[in-house]
Amino acid sequence: MTDDEIKTIFLRELHKIAPEIELSEIDPAGDLREQVDLDSMDILNLAIAIHEATGVDIPEADYPQMTSLNGCVAYLHSRTS
Amino acid sequence: MADFLMPSLGADMEVGTVLQWLVKPGDAVKRGDIVAVVDTEKATIEVEIFQTGVIQKIVVPEGEKVPVGTLLAVLVTNGEVVAAAPEVKPKPAERALVALAPAAPTQPAPPRAAAKPAPKPAAPHRARISPLAMRVAMELKVDLATVKGTGPEGAVTKADVERAAKAPPPPTPAPGLAAPIERPAPAAPPKPAVAAIDHRAAMRKVIAAAMARSKREIPHYYLGTHVDMSKAMGWLQAENLKRPVTERLLYSVMLLRAVAIAAHEIPEMNGFWIDGTFKPSEAVHVGVAISIRQGGLIAPAIHDVDKKSLSEIMVSLRDLVKRVRAGMLRSSEIADATITVTSLGDEGVETVFGAIYPPQVALVGFGKIVERPWASGGMVGARPVVMASLSGDHRASDGHRGALFLAAIERLLQEPEKL
Repeated sequence: MTDDEIKTIFLRELHKIAPEIELSEIDPAGDLREQVDLDSMDILNLAIAIHEATGVDIPEADYPQMTSLNGCVAYLHSRTS
Repeated sequence: MADFLMPSLGADMEVGTVLQWLVKPGDAVKRGDIVAVVDTEKATIEVEIFQTGVIQKIVVPEGEKVPVGTLLAVLVTNGEVVAAAPEVKPKPAERALVALAPAAPTQPAPPRAAAKPAPKPAAPHRARISPLAMRVAMELKVDLATVKGTGPEGAVTKADVERAAKAPPPPTPAPGLAAPIERPAPAAPPKPAVAAIDHRAAMRKVIAAAMARSKREIPHYYLGTHVDMSKAMGWLQAENLKRPVTERLLYSVMLLRAVAIAAHEIPEMNGFWIDGTFKPSEAVHVGVAISIRQGGLIAPAIHDVDKKSLSEIMVSLRDLVKRVRAGMLRSSEIADATITVTSLGDEGVETVFGAIYPPQVALVGFGKIVERPWASGGMVGARPVVMASLSGDHRASDGHRGALFLAAIERLLQEPEKL
């Protein structure tokens, strides 16, 4: 999967969980949880949705690599290639 | 004969709007069946019935807003003896309805025969409509009778309603050609339109009323203690490594379970203060404060948390959060929490002392899990620590019992494998 494809999938699933956000306003390098109001249940649901969309089962221990949008894309890229 | 009243779905609910009846006269219902959808100021609730019997009469039509306690429907309870209700003299207009119910025969029947349980009519085939779809239908002024459902079991979904709103209205049958068995002719007066309700503003008002009552009536006392979460978090990490992402646990389910077991040990924390006395509850239904996106808060209950495994609590919690956000809660979840847990850890605060939700008598708060220096056995190490707090009702319990309750929660969290 290309970075763009991963980014599209990720943002689509994020938007399902937080429909009120403006995807274009997300700073890709900034902390995602500070920009989007996500609680631990939202994050788990996001992990489940990403698992369903990409087949990647993200262990909790890898969450720290996924704090920003860029981090998420890079991580998923490394797991899918 | 039993009355089905507009239920009180939480402290300070004063009125409710019947959005939809899911039963009609003659339908057999049993305890726990969802019979109506009611809009409170705060949410759309599927209301369950608490008696088993046959619906005799619907008193409040769809679309009507009535105070709590208003008679909504009358049902004939199973096994009811005719002699118990001899005064029922159906008016001619009602006879067609009443004839379906066994307790109101037009001629006296032998008591033994009449004492038989009501015959169960075949389950009626009715359209299933999600509360969300219903709300959208109200907003778009779509007549639900004209919407074809494409969801599970023919359920009408939000998308179906939106599609129907865009479609041209169904053609009016030529006069004289309308089949008699069809739906009421389009000439019939339309149902009263239910005004779309601004839930956010209404919810603010309901929370304001409930919390003002809490602080006005409940003499709160507050206790707090730091709990070492290293064993619990270590166990959880190892457990989650073994589980696929779809079955992973959140640490909150361990907190909920510990609270429920502790509430069983210290029963003064679990129940209701009603009419000047404490009424303990045998069951432990834990209300979980769930924030709603874009504002507001609701604390529906997970039932029998003391009897559920962590995995079962997790399934219930996920389901509850999902339904809170979609606006599809059930009446028993809203009305019968026996104790409430609020966890603001995700928001980053370390301590929360909450306001008790009347008529409950205790609220347990958990803050964020933070790494802190922790001295134990003469050694200092860094450990994940959470602040557990108790807001207790001083009418129902004293600080001593409250302290034992918090100590029990702390003890239970030190043995996560036994939770």
